[in-house]
Amino acid sequence: MLNIRGLAASIDDKPILKGIDLIVPPGEVHAVMGPNGAGKSTLGYVLAGREDYVVTAGSAVFNGTELLGMDPEARAAAGVFLAFQAPIELPGVNNANFLRTALNAIRRSRGEGELDAVQFLKLARAETKRLAMPDDMLKRNVNVGFSGGEKKRNEVLQMALLRPKLAILDETDSGLDIDALKIVADGVNALRGPDFSALVITHHQRLLDHLVPNRVHVLSAGRIVRSGGPELARELEKSGYAGIVAEAA
Amino acid sequence: MSVAAETLDAVQSVTESGYKWGFETNIEMDLAPKGLNEDIIRLISERKEEPSWMLDWRLKAYAAWLKMEEPEWARVDHPPIDYQDLHYYAAPKKKNGPKSLDEVDPELLKMYEKLGIPLKERAILAGVDPDEVEERQIAVDAVFDSVSVATTFQETLKKSGVIFCPISEAVRNHPDLVKQYIGSVVPIGDNYFAALNSAVFTDGSFVYIPKGVRCPMELSTYFRINARNTGQFERTLIIAEAGAHVSYLEGCTAPQRDENQLHAAVVELVAMDDASIKYSTVQNWYPGDADGKGGIYNFVTKRGACRGARSKISWTQVETGSAITWKYPSCVLLGEDSVGEFYSVAVTTNHQQADTGTKMIHIGKGSRSTVVSKGISAGRSNNTYRGLVRMAKTADNARNFTQCDSLLIGAACGAHTVPYIESRNPTAKVEHEATTSKIAEDQLFYCRQRGLSEEDAVNLIVNGFCKDVLKELPMEFAVEAQKLLAVSLEGSVG
Repeated sequence: MLNIRGLAASIDDKPILKGIDLIVPPGEVHAVMGPNGAGKSTLGYVLAGREDYVVTAGSAVFNGTELLGMDPEARAAAGVFLAFQAPIELPGVNNANFLRTALNAIRRSRGEGELDAVQFLKLARAETKRLAMPDDMLKRNVNVGFSGGEKKRNEVLQMALLRPKLAILDETDSGLDIDALKIVADGVNALRGPDFSALVITHHQRLLDHLVPNRVHVLSAGRIVRSGGPELARELEKSGYAGIVAEAA
Repeated sequence: MSVAAETLDAVQSVTESGYKWGFETNIEMDLAPKGLNEDIIRLISERKEEPSWMLDWRLKAYAAWLKMEEPEWARVDHPPIDYQDLHYYAAPKKKNGPKSLDEVDPELLKMYEKLGIPLKERAILAGVDPDEVEERQIAVDAVFDSVSVATTFQETLKKSGVIFCPISEAVRNHPDLVKQYIGSVVPIGDNYFAALNSAVFTDGSFVYIPKGVRCPMELSTYFRINARNTGQFERTLIIAEAGAHVSYLEGCTAPQRDENQLHAAVVELVAMDDASIKYSTVQNWYPGDADGKGGIYNFVTKRGACRGARSKISWTQVETGSAITWKYPSCVLLGEDSVGEFYSVAVTTNHQQADTGTKMIHIGKGSRSTVVSKGISAGRSNNTYRGLVRMAKTADNARNFTQCDSLLIGAACGAHTVPYIESRNPTAKVEHEATTSKIAEDQLFYCRQRGLSEEDAVNLIVNGFCKDVLKELPMEFAVEAQKLLAVSLEGSVG
């Protein structure tokens, strides 16, 4: 389980997170919603270990291990996966090669044997098929020339292959049509189980129709101002953040 | 274990960290006294048992060199070179000269092992039955300092009429060919370093592919600079007659040392009608230590003449070594519809300086050239692409495409692009594209978030950046080149 206590973080001396308390028990999916600039993406980056963010207070313990202060790759090895809001392009780097390098790095850290190119391709093809992705996505360069939807699907493919224990999805649903949305939701649902938790950052109720969260949290100005069940998301969809944010202020 | 996998392991084991090849072998040297004068040139010529025309040619070059000045236009900076403080001749002592591979000094073979020369090549060097060596065969003409001590596969090559031998041997055994072609692409007075080389070159390779012959194997030379204070002056001449094809691989490493070493090679290529020459280089000479001390000065003149119609010359280079690189492999496209190519990766780290690029001289109608240059700078290094594309009046409908990309790692390095474009023919087309980018923090973070270490992430991004060039290299070289890139850039981020 993920246990965040009093987490505060800033970038360029500007405080963004101002004391987050959040517990995600094993097996649960929690949604994080909130207005633009509330610190949702920052929360994802800080948990994944992006270096531009300075943690000024608090802790984030995942399955008994303090994440803060670990290298990003060590967190990945511990099972943390961040699906990027804007996936990064790697010119000249073949997607299959990238995925296999990543998967083998994770497998090594888990003490599992590495997959050779043939074993990997078999696995990757099965996943692309399941995610209704064209085969040539493996042959292309990482995210280069991908449409917005393809980039998001590529994130879901990576998640499916790396099998994280904690997935953080940063607006993976934004800009997707309804079919793609279902694919993203299915990707998370397929991983659901007692050893899997997820933080789903989203603006929209419609993802949560397919990916029913155990809890919904509203983040505003660097703090969680309200938490509730799935019905909270529906309420937000109807009446917006203004009421809740004003109430909290 | 397959040979390919073993090769990979061998390369991996020697490229784990830093510059591992800082050792010297203990083979007794036969050293000429320091300094350069006519007597030294006579000594070299005599040791090589050269005919008098060769000596005359050398002396003419020396006279030309004396009147020339060291060029200063390149973006490189070094203390003055004292040309009188170098040895111009060094040879491993030989009793009668090894007549076969069995006689090759075991020290040398051990050295190849330490160097991580791919097992396949080593096996050949060690005299394994050619039939035992799978797939594509590679013949190695090993240049140990200035004298070639092992030449292989002569029999197979002889059968197809290919001549592949040390140039000193060619001067004696094929004087007409050498006389006809040497200095015909790079004349003795071409530039300061070419003139010096012409005066004092000690050895190198000679390749002659007769009309219509496709060379049955890739030809490979491993250079190694091994003597303290010995300038290395290689001379290579490759001739492909009409319809002939050859692929030539050149790779090199050098032992670690403090004194700067001068290297001034000349490579001349000649391609006749429908002939093609592919020349690939992986250059990994000692670049100097982290403070910029030591390292090789590499002043090279490489030029190919596409003399025949539809002839093609392709240069591919991966340059990671040397303190200073001054090198512009060029193509003179004389033949109608002839093709010139230049694919280059130049990596500089610490205090390395590279000023490299190409010249594409279009003279023939419909001649085409492609230039893809990838410069990677890290540390406090400076990396300059300098390229000339010239369209002569006669070059109707000639085309050039140049792509010139620079990748910066860190904030203290420099990348410079200096393209010269001259077009005297209105139907000729020249395209030039250039980009400069930095390895972005978000690229590194993305990779690390997926579990890759920072160094693996840099390697992946750098190899991606260089892919268009690396794919032009023959398989073995591509593997070696990737490892070299990894070693060269170790610790350059963060």
